[in-house]
Amino acid sequence: MANPIVARITLPDRARRGEVITIRVLVRHPMERAIDAAGLTPLPRKILHRMRVTYADEEVFRADLSQGITANPYIEFTTIAVETGAIVFEWDEDGGATYRREVRLVVT
Amino acid sequence: MIHRAVAALILAAGVAAASELRPSRDFLSPELRALQDDPSRHPGWLWVEDGEALWQRGERSCQSCHGGIGSMAGVATRYPAVAPDGALLNLEGRIERCRTQQQNEAPFGTESDALLSLTAAIAQSSRGLPMRVATDGPAASFIEQGRRFYETRQGQLNLACGQCHDENAGRRLRGDVISNGLGTGYPAYRLEWNTLGSLHRRLRACSLGVRATQFPLGSPEYLALELFLASRAAGLPVEAPGLRR
Amino acid sequence: MTHASRRAVLVLPIAAAALPAAAAEDDMATAERAILAGRTPVATGIAFEMPPLSENGNSVDVAVRIDSPMTPADHVHAIHILSEKNPVPRVVTFTLKPRAGRAEVATRIRLATSQQIIVLAETSAGQVHRAAREVIVVLGACVEGG
Repeated sequence: MANPIVARITLPDRARRGEVITIRVLVRHPMERAIDAAGLTPLPRKILHRMRVTYADEEVFRADLSQGITANPYIEFTTIAVETGAIVFEWDEDGGATYRREVRLVVT
Repeated sequence: MIHRAVAALILAAGVAAASELRPSRDFLSPELRALQDDPSRHPGWLWVEDGEALWQRGERSCQSCHGGIGSMAGVATRYPAVAPDGALLNLEGRIERCRTQQQNEAPFGTESDALLSLTAAIAQSSRGLPMRVATDGPAASFIEQGRRFYETRQGQLNLACGQCHDENAGRRLRGDVISNGLGTGYPAYRLEWNTLGSLHRRLRACSLGVRATQFPLGSPEYLALELFLASRAAGLPVEAPGLRR
Repeated sequence: MTHASRRAVLVLPIAAAALPAAAAEDDMATAERAILAGRTPVATGIAFEMPPLSENGNSVDVAVRIDSPMTPADHVHAIHILSEKNPVPRVVTFTLKPRAGRAEVATRIRLATSQQIIVLAETSAGQVHRAAREVIVVLGACVEGG
């Protein structure tokens, strides 16, 4: 089961068929790096290690992330507007949890 | 290193006149200012987004009494303010009081994501509006308390707030630019914190910086100081959620 | 930590070959070699934007654009960002499809210290575009300030 997550996804409400649109994604997550330095409490790594974007029955974009990505990650990419429907964003977190958000795009 | 940097500043006592004070955004680098202005890239908007959802949540939601969050426009310009019972409340304190007294819920707790989110969403509805806290009546004695705090030399470095934020505003300290210290951007997303945080969290860092006593979040000392800072900012715009280094 | 791991790999080149992939990529050069897989990269057709001086290593803006028709026959399918001095050299890999329309991505990365950042973009035709930038970090991502 995918859990809700605080995300801010910016894209146009509507686009013409064939138009290339820019999608900006911010998601709230501490992207906890593993800490193993002397004198500090050891912490296991807990990051969103993957973001997948599905639109019109196809994975259109994927990002495999390391702990070198900022806390509250920001990712910007493009996609061609092909049909009216949901653009689905899914994140995989270390430990197996997944999160999901979707945004509707109207294509004219 | 902090000690050396501070010692290198030319120190002179005194508080700048209100007319000399500049909005906090004027002290940001062009990159950070652009980021502060862009909701699609500013991570602080994640808390605004969350706060707007919290505003509508539950049976006795904020919305069920106040209406849409747009009704909060201008509210942040008037806080901190003195409540009818004489308590000085900042925006966070006002929200917590509403939550415990009107909604019969447990308080969110200082610096919790939920409280920061609601505060950010409410403050954001006043973004760009000029600060105008009440300074007379019951507020007067708190303003004086805050002014004394601001003007008193503190800590091992023996510095008063104004020695940095009035006399040396615009100059660099630890690679950052010293602002007029108005607090109008809080809660703010600090890159150093990797998260949104309150003005009081920032004030604790200031206290630590001059090696002075750090007061608790929500303490009377920081509340009075927050009111004094807000009175100094009169006429300057609310910038919350700010973006800071 | 990075230095110790790198030394270990240098001292034990034979053992390194038997290590799992992640451990074998303890430095940027190894990670880059693994992606190139014998191909020689070109420095053309790629734009890599990153401020030369970063105020805070917790958050450094990077943007990459590759000249590509993004057709099924000829498109960029992977963009990698590699770090010279972070604990993990492979910062991020973006996987693109022709439906991206343009080979254009941006993100924000953490930098432990001043260093070189490399971008590699692989095309469906087997070509690799490469760009490198030096960045000065005023405040590293691994310090906790007051």
